[in-house]
Amino acid sequence: MSDSIIGAGAIGSGPKRIDGQRKVTGAAPYAADHHPDNVAYGYGVFSTIASGTVAGLDLDAARQSPGVIDIFHHEHFPELHRSPSSMAQGNKVEETRLPFEDNKVYYEGQFVALVVADTFENARAAARKVGVNYKSDQAIANLDQGVTAHGTQKGQGNHERGDAAGNFDGAAHSIDVTYTTPVETHNPMEMHASVASWEGDRLTIFESSQGVVQQQGALAKIFGIPPEHIRVESPFIGSGFGAKLWMWPHAVAASAAAREIGRPVQLVVPRQQMFTTTGHRPETCQRMRLATDENGKLVSLRHESINTTSFTDQYVETCGSVTKSLYSCPNLTVSHETTQVNRGTPTSMRAPGAAPGLFALESAIDEMALEAGVDPLEFRMNNYAERDESLDLDFSSNHIREATERAAEKFGWHDRNPDVGSMRDGHEIIGYGMAACNWEALKRECEARVSLRADGTAYVTCATQDIGTGTYTIIAQTVSDLTGLPIEKITVRLGDTSYPKGPISGGSWTTATTLPAVAAATRKAIEELKGYATSGKGDFADAASDSLTFENGQLTHDGQSVDYVDVLKGQKLASADGHAHTQGADSQYSYRSFGAHFVEVRWDPGISNLRVSRVVSAIDVGRVINSMTARNQVEGAIVMGLGMAHFEATEYDARNGRPVNNNYAEYVVPVHADQPPEVDVILLDYPDLEFNEFGARGIGEIGITGMAAAVANAVYHATGKRIRDLPIFKEKLMENIPAVQSA
Amino acid sequence: MHNFDYARADSTRQAVSSHGPDKQAAYLAGGTTLLDLVKIDIMRPEQVVDINRLDLKRIETLNDGRTRIGALVTNTALARDERIASDYAVLSEALLSGATTQLRNKATTAGNVMQRVRCPYFRDGVSNCNKREPGSGCAAIEGHNRSVHAVLGTSEHCIATHPSDMCVAMAAIGATITVEGPEGQREIDFLDFHLLPGDTPEREHALKPGELITHVTLDAPLDNSRSHYLKLRDRASYQFALASSAVIVTLEGDTITDARVALGGVGTRPWRAHEAEAALKGQKATEATFQKAAGIAFKSATPYAHNAFKIPLGQQAIVRNLTTLTA
Repeated sequence: MSDSIIGAGAIGSGPKRIDGQRKVTGAAPYAADHHPDNVAYGYGVFSTIASGTVAGLDLDAARQSPGVIDIFHHEHFPELHRSPSSMAQGNKVEETRLPFEDNKVYYEGQFVALVVADTFENARAAARKVGVNYKSDQAIANLDQGVTAHGTQKGQGNHERGDAAGNFDGAAHSIDVTYTTPVETHNPMEMHASVASWEGDRLTIFESSQGVVQQQGALAKIFGIPPEHIRVESPFIGSGFGAKLWMWPHAVAASAAAREIGRPVQLVVPRQQMFTTTGHRPETCQRMRLATDENGKLVSLRHESINTTSFTDQYVETCGSVTKSLYSCPNLTVSHETTQVNRGTPTSMRAPGAAPGLFALESAIDEMALEAGVDPLEFRMNNYAERDESLDLDFSSNHIREATERAAEKFGWHDRNPDVGSMRDGHEIIGYGMAACNWEALKRECEARVSLRADGTAYVTCATQDIGTGTYTIIAQTVSDLTGLPIEKITVRLGDTSYPKGPISGGSWTTATTLPAVAAATRKAIEELKGYATSGKGDFADAASDSLTFENGQLTHDGQSVDYVDVLKGQKLASADGHAHTQGADSQYSYRSFGAHFVEVRWDPGISNLRVSRVVSAIDVGRVINSMTARNQVEGAIVMGLGMAHFEATEYDARNGRPVNNNYAEYVVPVHADQPPEVDVILLDYPDLEFNEFGARGIGEIGITGMAAAVANAVYHATGKRIRDLPIFKEKLMENIPAVQSA
Repeated sequence: MHNFDYARADSTRQAVSSHGPDKQAAYLAGGTTLLDLVKIDIMRPEQVVDINRLDLKRIETLNDGRTRIGALVTNTALARDERIASDYAVLSEALLSGATTQLRNKATTAGNVMQRVRCPYFRDGVSNCNKREPGSGCAAIEGHNRSVHAVLGTSEHCIATHPSDMCVAMAAIGATITVEGPEGQREIDFLDFHLLPGDTPEREHALKPGELITHVTLDAPLDNSRSHYLKLRDRASYQFALASSAVIVTLEGDTITDARVALGGVGTRPWRAHEAEAALKGQKATEATFQKAAGIAFKSATPYAHNAFKIPLGQQAIVRNLTTLTA
């Protein structure tokens, strides 16, 4: 049965992904599926110390290893330039230091050499034969060690209003609590990979990238060549979760190596180094001080966050980004600081700032509500902001109260017994928890091109990416909606810098950014078509162009209709084309998305087993463009939030900063068997027409925000234990754990 | 990885002869341990002998009631075998709780017995590890030692757990391992096969150089017994046990007449808890009995910085398993 959606009405329906079949049958090419003629393969030699210098390299054995073409390192690498790393200029990278720039080692798993050989296996075998002599320094292995050793540096995104400190002391109720979150690693299924080929001074690179245009700009700066000499292609990626927003050192290494040896080079980052040299969500420590009046109304709120960053770059995890505006509070301080540790540079991971930040904020709100003797839901209802007090702007559209109430109703919040540990089922103690979720709505500049072709198809191009979220499909829906063409007649091409410039796939802004551009380009193509129809040779030669209507592929004038294909064929034209360039959001309103999670956990104290058994989430993200892919985004984010709540942590050896569990077996993410039996996602679907013509705000990230807090709050309700340090490992809930004599 | 010579054997004798008594050779069955460790350069065999064509893929019931399992029977085939599922439920359950479907389809019975530890310091190729480099020390003892480190059978030289679920069930059932080597065939009691680390953690099993496991023969099932494998971990699937128990009991009324208890995730080898069994036999099946036996099982346990919780967790694995079986 066809699930084709024809014409107007395509927006808001739920067609399957148009790229789905190619993906599940293996026909979709990913970066490392490319093996150009004469390609060579690179394999990295990665530092085994976290801090120090490379004192010497012994390359003899590796050079004699079969198939080796060249070995690059800090004394044998072309002189390149750094990227200024500006998002506005279109050349942002997270780690500005170039690979092999000098002999310094800033983190374990840093490239210290690159072996290039005729096969992957030969490159890997030779890489293992490279001897590296290090001069090792004491590593700064974690946040506490960083603060002790070098203190903190001021970050951005800070905010202050009123007098938070002055209104804290003497308030009716107050809490002063500190939350911590560990390093989390994105762990997309597809590993980072580059396949770089040069023709003269022109570079083509296949990359698993969430931002081909930014990578093009960064490579242009690094190699000192014009951007138009560089083509970055990333038509399919095995997800990224933020790890692939900005180019990492491997892409520079592969491109430079390819130029040096005069052959294409493929370089895949091994899974172990996906934990070290391609970003991660940093460790955070967040002090929360909240106070209310006797009625439970917030009078003071302070959210002070420190996160780890590298010694090469400052990355700020803006944990207080939501705190500024979610609740009404006249006296509020948000501050961000960083501390340097011997790890690679962190980067955005799904809902950067908000995911760890809302763990702290929404846990603290729960604690504050209980301290003030108010039901946590009622407490939120009493304190949700009516307007954005940090920007002094109205929200464009905010239905958080309805979201909270609808989810609460469906979940059965009001029927709960609020006493800790009071709800039981067999061996299990049941806990209910809730948390708000929140994410900013962003819209960027974008270009797109649409051709309505004489063969009855449409062809759409934009240099944005589909990172598994459904961008291909919603773009096709948009064109279908405006032209009446069935979806299968619409070809969408993304992920290639030879197309009109599109945005990085991040920030949940792809939908709100690309659809207006695609729509504008479609309308321009239709205008061009009307121009042909009303020209001297046209079907409506006497008519004014604006007197024609276009619906379901038909141009109509005065009750006479003609198929657009016939208009083109009649004049021997291949296509009618439109190119559009749309702008980012204005600042008339505060544009944000809202929602609430309700979570049921079951704690079996007899076997110390914690599981999430039920989730109801109501999400207000404006209009939903594709009900299937939208729901899938929220469900996926809920599962990722569940992993954040009770499994995920990249552990580092405190003695030397080495990552310990850098593999898929020991870095624990949720598997199918961990999915809650019931996940109920309510999409409110109120169009936000102040934001864009589609009323859509984007949906990729909001679902993970607040999830960890909702779980932690439910755990408190079940067990009476307030877990302020993620993840909620079972031992944090267990009794009678014997003390360990320190060795 | 290092390159190696590859030979495919068509008979057990040929396999043993191709391997030779050389420690730098390895038998290849499912490859789920060997190939992983070769690729990350932790195992560097010079010679790999592929035994997948050997006629060792049968499960047979012997006249004396024992069950003989060929070395190459996959974990999936063994778990799904009707006789195993009915007579040795604990083994079937243990197998199905391990790894993933894909891994179980490749992994073999002998390979599971031979799997190597998951200790990250063993696998990183850099840290001090007495298994990988005897005499270098054990980075885990004062390092990060939460999930794949033991509290039972540890030594100052190694604290890695034996990762197998299958072997825990076999330790409870009782079994004999048949091996073929340069000096001929011999049998090894299952409980003597895996060695405690002691002063020689690099010696993990009782095989002599070049010996090949050909069969694992399970003791006859206890008459009128019930058995169950309970595995506790963080996520619900695809994780090594933090603590697990394989329990077999026989009851007369509410009195326990016989009991077998083995533990996983907590010991440096598949851990048979003989003293706990003694504390169960002849006792009423009550929570107090179970608690007492569980306490005995862990009385010699040594907690480390991040895994002390395994001591109460392991006890819970015993108590809940017994509670379920005797309910």
